[in-house]
Amino acid sequence: MPLLIKGGRVLDPGSIDDTMDILVQKGRIAKLGKRLPSLKKTPKLRVIDAKGLLVVPGLIDLHVHFREPGHEYKETIETGCLAAAAGGFTAVCPMPNTNPVNDNRQITEFILEKAQKACGVRVFPVGAISKGLQGILLTEFSDLKAGGAVAVSDDGRPVASSLLMRRALEYAKGFDLLVISHCEDADLAGGGAMNEGAVATRLGLPGIPNAAESILVLRDIALCALTGSRLHIAHVSTRESVAAIREAKASGIPVTAETAPHYFSLTEEAVQNYDTHAKMNPPLRSEADRLAVIEGLADGTLDAIATDHAPHSSIEKDLEFDRAANGIIGLETALPLGLKLVESGGLSLSALIEKMAVNPARILGLDKGIQPGNPADFTLIDLNRPFCVDANRFFSKSRNTPFNGWELKGKAVCTIVGGKVVFQEKESGGQSKGPWIQQGRKTRHDPRKGS
Amino acid sequence: MQAFAKKDILDMASLTAGEIELILDTAGHMKEIGTRPVKKVPTLRGKTVVLFFHEPSTRTRTSFDIAAKRLSADCHAISAGTSSMVKGETLIDTARNLEAMNPDILVIRHASSGAPHLLASLCRFSVINAGDGTHAHPTQALLDLMTIRERKGKIAGLKLAIIGDIAHSRVARSNIEGFTKLGASVVIAGPPTMIPKGIESLGAAVTFRVEEAIGDADVIMMLRIQKERQQGFLFSTEREYAQAYGLTLEKLKHARPGVLIMHPGPINRGVEIAPEVADGPYSLILDQVENGVAIRMALLYLVAGGARHAASD
Repeated sequence: MPLLIKGGRVLDPGSIDDTMDILVQKGRIAKLGKRLPSLKKTPKLRVIDAKGLLVVPGLIDLHVHFREPGHEYKETIETGCLAAAAGGFTAVCPMPNTNPVNDNRQITEFILEKAQKACGVRVFPVGAISKGLQGILLTEFSDLKAGGAVAVSDDGRPVASSLLMRRALEYAKGFDLLVISHCEDADLAGGGAMNEGAVATRLGLPGIPNAAESILVLRDIALCALTGSRLHIAHVSTRESVAAIREAKASGIPVTAETAPHYFSLTEEAVQNYDTHAKMNPPLRSEADRLAVIEGLADGTLDAIATDHAPHSSIEKDLEFDRAANGIIGLETALPLGLKLVESGGLSLSALIEKMAVNPARILGLDKGIQPGNPADFTLIDLNRPFCVDANRFFSKSRNTPFNGWELKGKAVCTIVGGKVVFQEKESGGQSKGPWIQQGRKTRHDPRKGS
Repeated sequence: MQAFAKKDILDMASLTAGEIELILDTAGHMKEIGTRPVKKVPTLRGKTVVLFFHEPSTRTRTSFDIAAKRLSADCHAISAGTSSMVKGETLIDTARNLEAMNPDILVIRHASSGAPHLLASLCRFSVINAGDGTHAHPTQALLDLMTIRERKGKIAGLKLAIIGDIAHSRVARSNIEGFTKLGASVVIAGPPTMIPKGIESLGAAVTFRVEEAIGDADVIMMLRIQKERQQGFLFSTEREYAQAYGLTLEKLKHARPGVLIMHPGPINRGVEIAPEVADGPYSLILDQVENGVAIRMALLYLVAGGARHAASD
């Protein structure tokens, strides 16, 4: 069914920022222009009134954990994709630390099979660098790629061996695979539970110094320079890492990097009262680090904002702080938090869209610009819509967010993948706002409405 | 007597100077009970106290047990090894089950910092922290304050030196907060590996030389050194530790005459403290233990609403 997105402010950073109509046919952008003529003749045309909305290239999250296979009680590919759609994401990259680990083609294919049956959000699996994330043997990169993997990473576990990391970078080059590095000197981080510093000392919690991250960032940059392979650094949290990446880029080393919304929205102070929803790895850092991350985003050192969406149930979180699992969910709060950063002047709106859509597409080598011929993946954003974070209304199976109760502004109201609406938030008259999910023509039951 | 409104005793940071003074005054009255031939008063008759010790303890646990019994409370002790937590029950589930039995006060010792705070926020009963991880040990700080106040008459203006593994010491944190709150100044010293980042924000001055720290101190508090810390490369050998940081008669020459010596126990004789110092005339180590019972009686009494009852009598 052809689709007309009418009258929205189309923003494709670097090329378009104008009120335009977009005609979608067969999943791709057919036409683009001001008041597209003679559309009344198009049969069965579905029109989305985007007046007052921002229309941007579909958001892409380079870093999620969907827990399937293995820990389906935390999140499945289906619920993860729903959360992604509701958060405005048209594509996600699930990390391989499932059980069994996504270290072979069968698991990659299993993930893609499940994704086929989900709401339509594109799923680009990331395979493991090493068998079982053990850091001993390389996985079969070409087979993983043939199965649909777009990158390799041992995320969640750092690659401790410098030789293995070097070989992974070299080997990946042969198959044009991206290597994503979780930079952490686990020995130095040594069982830490939060950022090292005065807050940790006051709370009596073991600290993780910034150097535990930056040492491996510096190592991997050196290996990236040595091998000339593409390297992407995950979840940057420290000012030293930002500085190292900035310098590496200046000297032409092919490194890219991401940070997560919590690193520009929160500091270690959020751990006060032992809130396990403020526990993640890398940990929330100091205010100086938070500001350095924002600066890194603004000056292009940090290419992308990825959520590191890490669902956990109360089983892993309602515990003593040092025993609780690391990680928070992020898909349904990332865009509003990004818009809050824009509102505070930390980043321009178009830069935010670059970090959440354009650059992730570039890093993955996808054609995502708003141009005729490209896949019709869009996120429609209402910049003025008030959004009070209510974890109980999340599409994600998990509730582990430190942002519950936050009053934010701006939200994805419609997510379109390949010309299909996979999420639409609708105002059903008066005050009551009931969102609904649509897959193709079939309207899905909204889990938030209950039954 | 003023009313005491706190439901829980979690750390020194959450007590006001006034509340601390009230606890110390109350403990002064309680101490006398322990000197009677019949060491028991009916004050907490009908109250139930659960001692939940998830970590080994001799002094603190026995002290709470005796304190509860002297006040006629029914006291039950559970330890990690004999609780359902060895079967995998979570702390919250264990607490909820205990709560269903309607105890009035839960005294908890736990290896995880913040564990008492977790229970205090979820449960109806009062929680008294008997030591959580490396975070806080408020009853120890209170008994230390009591011991010093008995000797010196006041806390304000005194200089306290705390020597040893500050990083892993809940006693140090609580004493820094408690002593500074009542107007004392605190200096800490130890190997730099054992001085945690940002400890100055609690109000302590930092030095790495013991001689310097004890130079003008009124009170020296030595902390236990744990042999396991060698594994984290925090120190080389006990021999070197004793030489560089241990309190010997030789090092005491740098201190003022009559300086008071404290140690929360258990002590490693010949490591952080020489036997002659531990057993010397200015050692308060056993006074600390004696006052431990009085402080814990005072806390049980105050938290159980004793002050409110006394006021209405």
